Amino acid sequence: MSEFLRTYLTVGIFGALGVVLVGAFLGLGRLLRPSRPTPAKTENYESGVDPIGDGWSQANIRYYVFALLFVMFDVEAVFIFPWATRLEAYGMFGLVEMAIFIFILLLGLLYAWRKGMLRWV
Amino acid sequence: MTGALAAAAADGDLLVAQNVFFVAIAAVMVFSAFRCVTTRNVVHAALWLVLVLAGAAAQFILLGSEFVAVTQVLVYVGAIVVLFLFGIMLTRASMGDDETASGEKRVMAAVVAVLLGLVTGGALIESFSDTRLVINEPQPTSLVSDAIFSQYIIAFEAVSVLLLAALIGAIVVARKD
Repeated sequence: MSEFLRTYLTVGIFGALGVVLVGAFLGLGRLLRPSRPTPAKTENYESGVDPIGDGWSQANIRYYVFALLFVMFDVEAVFIFPWATRLEAYGMFGLVEMAIFIFILLLGLLYAWRKGMLRWV
Repeated sequence: MTGALAAAAADGDLLVAQNVFFVAIAAVMVFSAFRCVTTRNVVHAALWLVLVLAGAAAQFILLGSEFVAVTQVLVYVGAIVVLFLFGIMLTRASMGDDETASGEKRVMAAVVAVLLGLVTGGALIESFSDTRLVINEPQPTSLVSDAIFSQYIIAFEAVSVLLLAALIGAIVVARKD
């Protein structure tokens, strides 16, 4: 257990170092740079032209299907990871079982495709 | 003899370190959960929720359950929060600060939260207060895999049908626009 947690201590130190580095450089930049805002400077950047409307805008409902598909195959990936750690021990049996699992889920993708949800109109 | 004593001392040190990390992560989680329900910006609320869920993943790591921790990150931080953000982006919710979210709603929400906390906390203490969980070894992911591919193989294949049904149902609902 201690060996296991020690490896994650390394992960934690790496993460903390990343946060500290980003914070240090952003803080250093804030200390060093002059601050003389003008209305033109504080405007949002939108490809070099004057921005139109608010930064927050309503997204197209079409994106939602892609989010749903992502969630579904994300859950599928959760099952594939443990399987991959023991695939050699299972041999053909494991391969067939996972093939059935993935095939059944691919039917969902096929359904979405046939219904034209993947087409961008 | 000295070796055993040193090992016991090391275990004690580890236990202390584990408790320190538990409290630190729990403090971050409680603060994030509080900010999640008190912030006036719904997008910020979703991002505070990410911190809470990531903290839960870290707690699973402390318990030696690597697979559950990774699943927590993949499914909750990855997928569920993405759905939340999509829901916010697709609806016409005001994505800046919402000044109407205050007043009597807050009081009612606090009452409901306290009641829910009492019920779930009471149920947990009632069921598990005299259970001692001894975790000396981390649970490797291969153990989870062995359980799935022996005892729960039928359930595993049934899950794929369940996911398929959920996906088709979601598409049917999402198409009605």
